[in-house]
Amino acid sequence: MVFKLNSQLLSRIASGNGHGEDSPYFDGWKAYETDPHHPTENPNGVIQMGLAENQLCFDLIQDWLKKNPKASICTPEGLNEFREIAIFQDYHGLPEFRNAVANFMGKVRGNRVTYDPDRIVMSGGATGAHETIAFCLADPGEAFLVPTPYYPGFDRDLRWRTGVKLIPVDSDSSNNFKVTIEALENAYEMAQLDNIKVKGLLITNPSNPLGTILDRETLRSIVRFINEKNIHLVCDEIYAATVFSQPDFISVAEILQEDIECNLDLVHVVYSLSKDMGFPGLRVGIIYSYNDAVVSCARKMSSFGLVSTQTQYLVASMLSDNEFVEKFITESKRRLAARYRVFTHGLDQAGIKCLKTSNAGLFLWMDLSGLLKEQTVEAEMELWRVIIHEVKLNVSPGCSFHCLKPGWFRVCFANMDDQTMHVALSRIKTFVNKEADTKKKPKKSLRWQGSLKLLNPPRIYDDFINSPHSPMPHSPLVRARN
Amino acid sequence: MTQPQTRDEQPTNPTRQKSTGMRLIVPLQGIVQGRGGLILGTLIPCALFYFFQLYTKRNRGNSSNTPSNPPSPSSSSPNLAELPRTSSRLSLFSRVGSSGPVSVSGRASLIARENDSPYYIGLEKVSKDPYDKERNPDGIIQLGLSENRLCFDLIEKWMVENVREAMVGRDGEHLSINGIAAYQPFDGLMELKVAVAGFMSQVMRKVVSLDPSQIVLTAGATPAIEILCFCLADHGNAFLIPTPYYPGFDRDVRLRTGVELIPVHCRSADNFLLSVTALEQAYNQARKRGVKVRGILISNPSNPVGNILPRETLHNILVFAQEKNIHIICDEIFAGSVYRGEEFVSMPEILMEEFDKNRVHIIYGLSKDLCLPGFRVGVIYSYNKNVLALAKRLTRFSSISAPSQRLLISMLSDTKFIEEFIKTNKQRIQKLHHSFVDGLKQLGIQCIESSAGFYCWANMSELISSYGEKGELDLWDKLLNIAKVNVTPGSACHCIEPGWFRCCFTTLALEDIPVVMKRIRKVAETCKSLS
Repeated sequence: MVFKLNSQLLSRIASGNGHGEDSPYFDGWKAYETDPHHPTENPNGVIQMGLAENQLCFDLIQDWLKKNPKASICTPEGLNEFREIAIFQDYHGLPEFRNAVANFMGKVRGNRVTYDPDRIVMSGGATGAHETIAFCLADPGEAFLVPTPYYPGFDRDLRWRTGVKLIPVDSDSSNNFKVTIEALENAYEMAQLDNIKVKGLLITNPSNPLGTILDRETLRSIVRFINEKNIHLVCDEIYAATVFSQPDFISVAEILQEDIECNLDLVHVVYSLSKDMGFPGLRVGIIYSYNDAVVSCARKMSSFGLVSTQTQYLVASMLSDNEFVEKFITESKRRLAARYRVFTHGLDQAGIKCLKTSNAGLFLWMDLSGLLKEQTVEAEMELWRVIIHEVKLNVSPGCSFHCLKPGWFRVCFANMDDQTMHVALSRIKTFVNKEADTKKKPKKSLRWQGSLKLLNPPRIYDDFINSPHSPMPHSPLVRARN
Repeated sequence: MTQPQTRDEQPTNPTRQKSTGMRLIVPLQGIVQGRGGLILGTLIPCALFYFFQLYTKRNRGNSSNTPSNPPSPSSSSPNLAELPRTSSRLSLFSRVGSSGPVSVSGRASLIARENDSPYYIGLEKVSKDPYDKERNPDGIIQLGLSENRLCFDLIEKWMVENVREAMVGRDGEHLSINGIAAYQPFDGLMELKVAVAGFMSQVMRKVVSLDPSQIVLTAGATPAIEILCFCLADHGNAFLIPTPYYPGFDRDVRLRTGVELIPVHCRSADNFLLSVTALEQAYNQARKRGVKVRGILISNPSNPVGNILPRETLHNILVFAQEKNIHIICDEIFAGSVYRGEEFVSMPEILMEEFDKNRVHIIYGLSKDLCLPGFRVGVIYSYNKNVLALAKRLTRFSSISAPSQRLLISMLSDTKFIEEFIKTNKQRIQKLHHSFVDGLKQLGIQCIESSAGFYCWANMSELISSYGEKGELDLWDKLLNIAKVNVTPGSACHCIEPGWFRCCFTTLALEDIPVVMKRIRKVAETCKSLS
């Protein structure tokens, strides 16, 4: 019998490309996947510098796990908690988990603010948090303003299943890509004229990919702006604990404590442990809202992405250990700062400049516009392909972040060991020197295939690729005794 | 619709009021039906339509929200104040985005306005006053949550014996945190998929072996259902679903997808088993309404009734789906709880016959059969490559925590332990079921003969004051607040016959059953004396 399955049988989402994986940027990921660098087994492979992962402090965490076997319900010491934890499926989450996360968030901000554990809602990683908040705040067709350059995952996470639009608010390299109120006002007005209802503004602070933080004045004016327009403010503070040098991080919570007029119902924070603690595999996403209706709605939706109670329990124990938390935050910053210095110094020696206002994040924002044949996006893509296939580094081109100025690249540095970092640096140096030489004699330019759609900037980012050194399987929690 | 009258005709025998009414209706009828020339017949309806659209578009963005409340725990806020009507009309013609009360999305407002079903209200009440034999003997006994506490001792024993081995790992290799902290594939580690495929196969009596590459793992069965709905249906489409059904589906399927659930009523006369005739009827009715049916959602074993679908019924459902060219989602999450000798036939088994597999998708999870709901492990098993590809991408929003994956890989790979576990689990459930149903019988309450699940479907229609939903909810309220027993009323499960209640017994120990019966007796006797 021949069965014909009508191809119309799947949903529009199924036949669409909202997942963003059709974009040409997947070349970089494919190149890495097929030829991943390994210090001994594959020293000439592609080095992964496109994944913002924090592996610098795993040893501290591993140490803590060894010393605290009770934190894991999978150890003999922790076993008597097992049944209560394993059966618990309340979407409010374990109270100790919420308390510990609220405590940690406060600590990261130098205890200048406190967070209410009852406003903490779980989600499936920050990815889930963004989607849920979009579902809660906006209907299909409504829009969020997002300053560029921004994390490409937003195109997918905020829009795919929600039907919400994103309106980029451009920034200029001449003022270090800082977001300005003028630009926000303009974008808002344009949306009005296009008859698009703007529901909110999404900022990432510290910024991805810039690695910069917003100063107090800018934050205050942003808060005034959203309050005046009566739109929501979603602050993605996922990199809050990665601010490794002065000035100090100022969170939106701090601004709200000051003497400023703002309807609290408009402010929401997205957080996660994936970057600050280096725990992306745990899938701990947090929505913190000052709006009761949003907390209630998000909580109901959290059933779609609850954090495993085993993980909640572990995180609760770890983050309630104040001594450990303080030590961790300080040490993590120190290592990030050191790594950043070495990298920027190395790049500087090769004549490559990075955004000088960066003082946070797990990456740097590198300016290769000097190497472009012409200041266009096509040239940027061409250069990028060369970097992937010849220099064998998977870096991320600025256009994937909707950056208007061509030639900027994001380079992640916290997901590798020192040795790999030096290999990466030396490859860059060699490449830059070679380019400088070739510029002296004209060379037939290599043609790369792939059309670039400027009107629909491609999306990217399937962060499922394992980090370069992930070995195989076994849960250290189950072994925490030794 | 009445026969169209000519525009000028007046009715012959009206009362005064009626005549005014008819004077209004008749010309409007003419307009709506496009009679009366080009101007009136087309432009006016178009103009009306346009203004209506404008009105709804403008008004949509201004749906309700409360002013900021004091920061109380927002867990119990199903009844938030609605936006006063005047405000919404004021904003009818206001500029898009003007200042007014802050608005959340239409979805969020809808959720806020919905009164929570008794299913959720009951669960919440218990969480505030839970029964504990020693510490809170007067608390509310939970019979409204199908969780299984009967076999933790087995799991704990396994942990004690195996945690050491799992600690050292293969070849005495050092465990590294990279194994749990780093990014993992969103749809689950391959080793876990292999282990889950093996477990599912064991649960389904090893009649079929399942292919790990057809598995997508999610953070619980809840997102699994939602993801399938996003894959198979668009906003406004519908799934047919036999009643009574698990109250959670109303949220899981409808909350964010915009997909409707169309009940296909089953009756006690048929033992609440689905008939294809009823399916056919529901399907046709939906078509008449202009609703596109994309599939059927069945649970086998069923929740809340606890019966299993006979082979023939499954066969007929598959034929029906093929005929109408729609999907089948089969939730088999209670497959491992089949305690009566009756033959449980799972979907993979039926599909070994000649059927178009591309339209069948199975939901599973470890919350029921392995008693680990907290760990959030759900499974989508599909034969459709496109669905699998999309579902895989969607798991980025609902991934299983890595440490839980690791633990489960170890546990599920211990097939000998799993074998013992499944067997013992069934025996204990059966024992409790027997005892519980007997206890209810002595109170004069009959249950449907069920063969699976953690619950029984009890007929308390003789105890309700008025035969209808109100009477049923009254009884539910009495049971909750006087007897202090939380059961799930049939209306929460969309049962068309009033008076049925779902009582889960797997949270109890055998010695708790007399306590439960005593409490129910108290209310039963009051109800009988009133009726």
